[in-house]
Amino acid sequence: MAEIRNYTLNFGPQHPAAHGVLRLVLEMDGEVIMRADPHIGLLHRATEKLAEHKTYVQSLPYMDRLDYVSMMCNEHAYCMAVEKLLGIGIPVRAQHIRVMFDEITRILNHLLWLGTHGLDIGAMTMFLYCFREREDLLDCYEAVSGARMHAAYYRPGGVYRDLPDTMPQYQASPYRSAREVARLNEARSGSLLDFIERFVERFPQRVDEYETLLTENRIWKQRTVGIGVVSPERAVARGFTGPMLRGSGVAWDLRKKQPYAAYDKVDFDVPVGVNGDCYDRYLVRMEEMRQSARIVRQCIDWLRANPGPVIVDDHKVAPPSRVAMKSNMEELIHHFKLFTEGIHVPPGEAYAAVEHPKGEFGIYFVSDGANKPYRMKIRPPGFAHLSAMDEITRGHMLADVVAIIGTLDIVFGEIDR
Amino acid sequence: MTELAQALEGYSASLFGAEWGPALFLTVKYLVLIVCIALPVILCVAYLTLAERKVIGYMQVRIGPNRVGPAGLLQPFADVLKLLFKEVVVPSGANKLLFVIAPMLSLMPALAAWAVVPFAPELVLSDIDAGLLYVIAITSMGVYGVIIAGWAANSKYAVLGAMRSAAQIISYEIAMGFALVCVLLVSQSLNLSDIVNSQARGRFADAGLNFLSWNWLPLLPMFLVYFIAAVAETNRLPFDVAEGESEIVAGFHVEYSGMAFALFFLGEYANMILVSTLASIMFLGGWLAPIDSAVLGAVPPIIWLALKVGALLFLFLWFRATFPRYRYDQIMRLGWKVFIPLTIVWLVVIAAWMQTPYNIWTSP
Repeated sequence: MAEIRNYTLNFGPQHPAAHGVLRLVLEMDGEVIMRADPHIGLLHRATEKLAEHKTYVQSLPYMDRLDYVSMMCNEHAYCMAVEKLLGIGIPVRAQHIRVMFDEITRILNHLLWLGTHGLDIGAMTMFLYCFREREDLLDCYEAVSGARMHAAYYRPGGVYRDLPDTMPQYQASPYRSAREVARLNEARSGSLLDFIERFVERFPQRVDEYETLLTENRIWKQRTVGIGVVSPERAVARGFTGPMLRGSGVAWDLRKKQPYAAYDKVDFDVPVGVNGDCYDRYLVRMEEMRQSARIVRQCIDWLRANPGPVIVDDHKVAPPSRVAMKSNMEELIHHFKLFTEGIHVPPGEAYAAVEHPKGEFGIYFVSDGANKPYRMKIRPPGFAHLSAMDEITRGHMLADVVAIIGTLDIVFGEIDR
Repeated sequence: MTELAQALEGYSASLFGAEWGPALFLTVKYLVLIVCIALPVILCVAYLTLAERKVIGYMQVRIGPNRVGPAGLLQPFADVLKLLFKEVVVPSGANKLLFVIAPMLSLMPALAAWAVVPFAPELVLSDIDAGLLYVIAITSMGVYGVIIAGWAANSKYAVLGAMRSAAQIISYEIAMGFALVCVLLVSQSLNLSDIVNSQARGRFADAGLNFLSWNWLPLLPMFLVYFIAAVAETNRLPFDVAEGESEIVAGFHVEYSGMAFALFFLGEYANMILVSTLASIMFLGGWLAPIDSAVLGAVPPIIWLALKVGALLFLFLWFRATFPRYRYDQIMRLGWKVFIPLTIVWLVVIAAWMQTPYNIWTSP
């Protein structure tokens, strides 16, 4: 009799559901997964090593490129770690701007997650609906920093500049009639805050729309309920954070447990799952989008009422204003020193973590007092989640692996770094 | 027309002799008729792909192709040209003969089944009495193309896709077959034209409300089962596990490129049109007008058929834009544990119903 053996299937790195460059070696018995072996490193760019050779501000744009769907949250952790080393606080207005953009980023991230998760399970239309909303949020990024993705907007000591009073406008072109341009520009007639306000006003209804497509859909439930169950104990033991942990019923959120920036001044709820399956994690993330819109709403009101500085007035950390630099010798020297040598940081070590859309994202610095970190370590949330791949998928079918990769919400920029 | 045919037959006899002339004439005649059917079918397939992209595009708040030709109307031809000029790559580990044969095997049945499909009264290539049997037999052949393609490519993804597809098509064929048995029970004929004609009789048809006499109403559960099974048979979403874009990439045709890939594509869409046409003929009264009136009766019968087929095809596209994909074992469960028992029970119910005094199906 012929010997019956399991076979291995190379899932990725070039695979539509690999979410980047995940290479998964699956040992399969027919359609059932016996063992899943994730291979990483295909997107390794040595970010940690590069940071040892660059000044603190020069390394900042690398943070955008870690988890490239939640850019500003990465920057936030980085800036918080530098501020912790320096021992400085930041203006309250900057804190609120950071909170607002953190939550915009959370919506951005969850929209991309929802779209790709839907696409993985076959709900193709979800993807395009989500991208419609993302478009407006990326416009906010563009308005505030000039870049749609890799913003580099947060800086040690605050944020790069205050919120703009005007939005970038569409221009008429052979492909866009004047009428269409007028329609597109209607929402852009006011300030950035007006634009964001319009967005958060309609966004909860949009989330409801998405839920009508998926939440009670029988096929969607069949594909996600009871799939990839993680018990609360295992989730904690595995180092899960973020929605992966909360989906299992553990109410752990850094925004509540160790509030940073202005999170202690805003009002929001932390949704928690019950069963720890893909469906609960889906519900948790959907609710988080609503809560994020709620936080953004509160930040808009605060920011409207409270003008003020957005970056510290210490020119050893933040550059002087353009006008002062051009007219004042001392400011010119400050400018020159800051842009050639960078920030001098006292010796010591610091760890700062934020509640990133995917979980706890932390930056750990060891400084020897130079203008560059002696060592930087990044704590990405996705790494811990991916490492549990084998445990979660074992015994499931091939189609469930795709659903589980979707629910892990992994991005290889942060896992491979 | 008949005079022309007779003249041509006589001409052929005078040219090739009384022995070979008529035979040659028949061959040529049928070849021409086949082209007359196959060409519009392939054109419909081409425009169905465009319709799919447009319809799904609008459902997904985008516009779909609009650059090639006016409103994108020449897009299918651009696609065909592109695929024609591409190389058909045969993987080094593949069984070359089977690899090349498989696409043809999958397209051929999808086209061959059209031979017995009546487009209008008397407008059918071969009006055979076993038409329904022929259709069922021919459409089941399509699975060979899929299996051979998956096996010949020598790729694990392709084999997985082929396995899934074979299991799925065979499972749903049973439910589909039983649904059709109900139709043949009530129409008392296997001839597709007779099946259509039988739907023009009944209490509602006598009152002028034709569409209530069609099979879809008394056989509603069977109509639903048939249509869902048809979606599964053609491997369309939410049953497209055989292609499973995000799981097994493209399933059985993952290694195909160029025109060989296009043949699978053609086969899939030709099958979609075929099952929609069959559903219209079996359940929606084929070429019959919905209401007996002078105005609607003036519309050519083939237009009615086209409208019904179009409406069913729209459902295919709508499903694709709306539903997530089933998992492979869930499809099997739906097929074996829900549809097959349901169809068997309903078959008995119909048979019993026909024996009671309440029988609504009258023979001519």
